[in-house]
Amino acid sequence: MPVKTEAIGKEYPPVTYEVGAEKIREYADAVGQGEAVHRDREAAQAAGFRDVVAPPMFAVVYSARALGPGILDPEVGINFATMVHGGQEFVWGEPVCAGDTITTTARVADISEKDGKGFYVFESTSVNQDGDEVVRATWTNIVRGV
Amino acid sequence: MADLNQGDSIPELKVTPDKYLPHRYAGASGDFNPIHIDNDFAQMVGLPRNILHGLYSMAQVARAQTEAAGGDPRSLRRLKVQFRGMGVPEEEIVVTGTVRERDGDTVVVETEAYQGDNGIVRNAEAEIELR
Repeated sequence: MPVKTEAIGKEYPPVTYEVGAEKIREYADAVGQGEAVHRDREAAQAAGFRDVVAPPMFAVVYSARALGPGILDPEVGINFATMVHGGQEFVWGEPVCAGDTITTTARVADISEKDGKGFYVFESTSVNQDGDEVVRATWTNIVRGV
Repeated sequence: MADLNQGDSIPELKVTPDKYLPHRYAGASGDFNPIHIDNDFAQMVGLPRNILHGLYSMAQVARAQTEAAGGDPRSLRRLKVQFRGMGVPEEEIVVTGTVRERDGDTVVVETEAYQGDNGIVRNAEAEIELR
């Protein structure tokens, strides 16, 4: 059964996320990112940040929720049971700090098929409250047996 | 400031995620897919056991880059990875990397993460800004 490609280009409603210092600390602890700038406001400000700064991969926390509707969209047609996360790219812009409000918009970048596998590529763009881009992401999900 | 030139290796990062790490990462990231936190469920769907979140493994690759650059989170400008073999808790992850090119203060690193012979993050490319 060939993959459906009608949804390429489809965009989903933006999702906002309010960044909290304790959430940054919780994430930094989980991934072992030990630097004081992820935990201590004074250390972060001394290093030139507005407030406690998120590790780069915290991008997952504020942007992933925007991807949900696309992954579950019947028009995209992903078989969730056999989906694996095949690849990921982040391109970072302005740092993300506690107190920021991040708005993420996701879209379907590509749907294709190769060797019986479906490749579902989503792109997302996240901006802060000043309109500055904080991250651009490409999420590749692979579905076996399409 | 860290100095990295073409052909240099970045310092190896070694970390062994404990048995409960996937639960803490699930809480921190919001990804509660049961294949990561429920051993019985994971085995029911044909996995050897509950597996690490790919994005946790990617975070270890990211950490190796920022540490190589001196610890400033702003130094990591771009990271692109492929997820291959599945990572598991309670086995050491080793992240390695080699500088492919340097242009001014911008360095491109080819990097990967292994557990034993099992490549869990492959063909990864990081762009670091030395500052």
